[in-house]
Amino acid sequence: MISQFFVLSQRGDNIVFRDYRGEVPKGSAEIFFRKVKFWKEDGQEEAPPVFNVDGVNYFHVKVVGLLFVATTRANVSPSIVLELLQRIARVIKDYVGVLNEDSIRKNFVLVYELLDEAIDFGFVQTTSTELLKSYIFNEPIVIDAARLSSLGSTGLFMQGTKRMPGTAVTKSVVANEPGGRKREEIFVDIIEKISVTFSSSGYILTSEIDGTIQMKSYLTGNPEIRLALNEDLSIGRGGTSAYDYRSSFGSGAVILDDCNFHESVRLDNFEVDKTLTLVPPDGEFPVMNYRMTQEFKPPFRINALIEEAGMLKAEVILKLYAEFPSNITANTISVQMPLPKYTMRASFELEPGAIGQTTDFKEANKRLEWGLKKIVGGSELTLRARLTFSQEFHGNITKESGPVSMTFTIPMYNSSKLQVKYLQIAKKSGTYNPYRWVRYVTLANSYVARI
Amino acid sequence: MAPPQRSSSPSQPSGKGEVSDVKAQAPASGGSRAPGADDSKRELFKKFLKKMCYLYVGNYAKVNPDLALLTINFLQRDCKDADPMIRGLALRSLCSLRVTNLVEYLVGPLGAGLKDSSSYVRMVAAMGVLKLYHISASTCVDADFPAMLSICCLTIQIHRWLQIVLSALQEIWSLEGSASEEVSREREILLSKSVIYYLLNRIREFSEWAQCLVLELVAKYVPSDSNEIFDVMNLLEDRLQHANGAVVLATIKVFLQLTLSMTDVHQQVYERIKAPLLTLVSSGSPEQSYAVLSHLHLLVMRAPFIFSSDYKHFYCQYNEPSYVKKLKLEMLTAVANESNTYEIVTELCEYAANVDIPIARESIRAVGKIALQQYDVNAIVDRLLQFLEMEKDYVTAEALVLVKDLLRKYPQWSQDCIAVVGNISSNNVQEPKAKAALIWMLGEYSQDMHDAPYILEGLVENWDDEHSAEVRLHLLTAVMKCFFKRPPETQKSLGAALAAGLADFHQDVHDRALFYYRLLQYNISVAERVVNPPKQAVSVFADTQSSEIKDRIFDEFNSLSVVYQKPSYMFTHKEHRGPFEFSDEIGHVSIGTESVDTVVPANGVEANDKDLLLSTSEKEETRVPSSNSSAYSAPSYDLSSVSVPTSQLLELTISNPTVPGHAPQSSFAIDDLLGLGLPAAPAPAPSPPLLKLNPKAVLDPTTFQQKWRQLPIALSQDYSVNPQGVVALTTPQSLLRHMQGLSIHCIASGGKSPNFKFFFFAQKAEESSTFLVECIVNTSSAKAQIKIKADDQSATEAFSSVFQSALSKFGMP
Repeated sequence: MISQFFVLSQRGDNIVFRDYRGEVPKGSAEIFFRKVKFWKEDGQEEAPPVFNVDGVNYFHVKVVGLLFVATTRANVSPSIVLELLQRIARVIKDYVGVLNEDSIRKNFVLVYELLDEAIDFGFVQTTSTELLKSYIFNEPIVIDAARLSSLGSTGLFMQGTKRMPGTAVTKSVVANEPGGRKREEIFVDIIEKISVTFSSSGYILTSEIDGTIQMKSYLTGNPEIRLALNEDLSIGRGGTSAYDYRSSFGSGAVILDDCNFHESVRLDNFEVDKTLTLVPPDGEFPVMNYRMTQEFKPPFRINALIEEAGMLKAEVILKLYAEFPSNITANTISVQMPLPKYTMRASFELEPGAIGQTTDFKEANKRLEWGLKKIVGGSELTLRARLTFSQEFHGNITKESGPVSMTFTIPMYNSSKLQVKYLQIAKKSGTYNPYRWVRYVTLANSYVARI
Repeated sequence: MAPPQRSSSPSQPSGKGEVSDVKAQAPASGGSRAPGADDSKRELFKKFLKKMCYLYVGNYAKVNPDLALLTINFLQRDCKDADPMIRGLALRSLCSLRVTNLVEYLVGPLGAGLKDSSSYVRMVAAMGVLKLYHISASTCVDADFPAMLSICCLTIQIHRWLQIVLSALQEIWSLEGSASEEVSREREILLSKSVIYYLLNRIREFSEWAQCLVLELVAKYVPSDSNEIFDVMNLLEDRLQHANGAVVLATIKVFLQLTLSMTDVHQQVYERIKAPLLTLVSSGSPEQSYAVLSHLHLLVMRAPFIFSSDYKHFYCQYNEPSYVKKLKLEMLTAVANESNTYEIVTELCEYAANVDIPIARESIRAVGKIALQQYDVNAIVDRLLQFLEMEKDYVTAEALVLVKDLLRKYPQWSQDCIAVVGNISSNNVQEPKAKAALIWMLGEYSQDMHDAPYILEGLVENWDDEHSAEVRLHLLTAVMKCFFKRPPETQKSLGAALAAGLADFHQDVHDRALFYYRLLQYNISVAERVVNPPKQAVSVFADTQSSEIKDRIFDEFNSLSVVYQKPSYMFTHKEHRGPFEFSDEIGHVSIGTESVDTVVPANGVEANDKDLLLSTSEKEETRVPSSNSSAYSAPSYDLSSVSVPTSQLLELTISNPTVPGHAPQSSFAIDDLLGLGLPAAPAPAPSPPLLKLNPKAVLDPTTFQQKWRQLPIALSQDYSVNPQGVVALTTPQSLLRHMQGLSIHCIASGGKSPNFKFFFFAQKAEESSTFLVECIVNTSSAKAQIKIKADDQSATEAFSSVFQSALSKFGMP
């Protein structure tokens, strides 16, 4: 049960504000924003998603830079409220196509209408995009998606949220195509976030894949869908520890540690032929989340070296090995490495002929940043940086710097080898042949090499 | 189009620019969903307009109740519209007006709405019942709506909206309280086997939000035997695979609650829920993972051994926010055991070099905690000593504090540690805590550290530059210790330290220096025994959180209590305690009886005491001097937290003027109940003179303070507080109101749960003789300490029994 719901912009402007129960004083949005902005004086710590100020509990989630906030005085289940906030953001996105400050402002009447139907007196009525359709009369003003491109699609899913919006899917569930005809299509995205920690000797300390099969359906009449996964897929590792690699390594089978499913998914045949049966509701939703600690081949290997070169100098050598097939290209790669705090300057040297690469030394937090537009599979890249220190260093220079961390996006590649073998739509007629998009993408979650 | 500026409140479109905005957003202009069909287009537009109007009316009704009256007719007519959408909308708007004098118009449409053919309207009506309850509870109950709702809940096909009906019911019931028998009967029906089974069997048909509520309900259900428990768990097993974390957590709560009494099954439950929890932590938004992680944290803390093989899941990722990292570090500390300690500590050492300084500190502390838990500390000590050599000031500082704690537990390591600590220059240590730790070690091990006296001497010379009193205190003690071990080298600096200490402006430092000085003067060997007694190694460091509190948090699984790591009474008011608090009272009772002998942490109260008195006198000074004492109606001019409107107080006092009369009798009865062991004589003791108190007594705080200082303690006693009283004390104001009703007034109160402190006063009815009471209540041990001072000492006994009976009645219905 929540008392108020509001959406704040990054600057703290009230974009949407709805008071359901009148129990929390009006100034709550300001109190909240100030608290979030200045959680600790040194600004080093982020405010947790749930906190209590003067008996009022504030919940917030960050979605594409906006703060979705709920307040209540009751001792409610935090996951219900946080889930609800996330769900509201998704419903709004389903309706207006693109979620950002502008689209919410332009569609504020629609947003209020949605809020009134989704929540009454602080209680959730429904967050199903489909159910809401029959109670919503407004039509969205669709923001021109082209205007977004300046932001870049990666900007949308790298920042803050782990959940990536289907990159190309910026269409409202209710709006029509300009031609007046609705296009029959369905998107299935397999999104994998990988976390790898390499030891200083290049050995893999920990690795994990967190994957989601996300679906967005624009099919009329809600036909049943069958989604077939790898036949050799198995779930759970019996009695063995989750990190016991030996048992599974080399067998080639995909073994998930655990997974969960959207409530529309029926698993009647899952044990037999690894198919998921579902009637997809409108809008975007995760069909299945899974987690895997089975050993896999990391797409990148990182080699970092820092060496003293005289009294006030040192040299950093960073090497990247792209260990995936050459028909695949990773993009928006960024490599970061904290340097000793008495570093004054850094001069960089890229390989001859390097294009689309940027280098930077961030003075404020003493960090080296190496950006690469794309890396083709199988290639190897090197960066050399010469550091100048303001004072002589004592002790161990490697202890003062690192670890190297990396972010990237690799489209049409997934490390787990989990696949959608086929996507079957229970058809109504022979001519019915909607577009089906099955896309794979791998993102770095926490990709770290210690030095 | 520039985004419109909404200065006041964006929910109330008011500017002119927005009219065009709204126009632009109206469906008719945006193109219809069914192009070509004019009628449906018009219909759509009509609904849209109606919606907008309702929204407007809802927003302004509260400000203009008279105008709102004008809309009633329309709304009532729309409640009978042929279109269920319109009916629902109208009914919702009608109920949302929140205007008290319109309540009479609500009953009819609501009654009709609950029986409507459309499930949407029924759902709106169910919520309407709750809204009506908030406007006027009596109207709602008189119209028998709650009962109708519970019938609704079970008979009509409302699966889609079940959560609405359930939540409305639960809120009404929790507000009605357990007082009414009818309500508790209704509750029992909902918790009966048949209803629970009915809901459980259909749980897959419900929306995920309804599932959460049903599961919450099931968690309160007490199955009759273990077969039933297994049936329920088997039925719910697949809910653990739900993608919605809230459903999974609610299911886990059911599993944990059901198996509490079956130890091995309970443990199996932990094993079973591990994987789903870990999956939830790593999927979903960071905020959702945090909520789940907090719960995982709670479970790990309760049963670390079950999670000890999963320690790698608790490794921090570099880009995680620090609130997540902190939880993970605590979990890593908890799950460390003999087999994984080495790897965990290695990982933690990586974080110590982290750029994120707060986390680096936490990691070092975590290493220290692990060291204190383990028997085999060999490797860890080495690591800690490496920290000392890392030359990062915060690392050194944290490591010093840890080495100190470590030495207190494992004195056998002193040789190794001292060698390294001795190399640290005290100039490089700035943080008071670390400096104090270093100085402690210098004093404690001065016989082994060659230059300890000289380092201390240097520190004493810089006495004036040392800003932290803690460090100066430690310095005094260290110099003393050193003196007894190596007198010739230390004598000079001891003299200097004592002189500096005596001249110190800080009271504690001054006092300690004086104490040492006199001790030395009195007898040197006694002084040595005081300062350098043979020490026993500390085996267990005090835990910060009592096990009761932890149990309480566990009982409140899947609520904010887990995230805040505090039981709900510490951060919510009673009325907001959550919609479903069936077993609450029972929980309190058991805590009250089990933990009577918990030690009261006295210093908290002490500090409050100081604050209280201070703030009294400050307020006194700022008060307008012209008003004379008779103008006070005492507590309304009260301190900080206590602010009860005067009018209310007067009302209470007047309504209850005769109570003190029957005090002695009832107090006996209750004393017997509590087994306090009164004098065995069954014949009533010479009955104390009947004491009548003045219900309108006044006393201003200054007089109170003066009297409190002057008068001797006439009576000092310990009482037990009954469990109901403990429960009611979650809002200390209620005690004040209660006492007020019995002509005992409060002048100041304060404290935090579990320790509350109150100052009361009372006046005899006929004469101006006053009684002053200091009452310290500890809710966790259910004890009250009472000190009474009186103008008329002879009447103390009588007053004491009045007070005691008043206190014992607190919380009783």
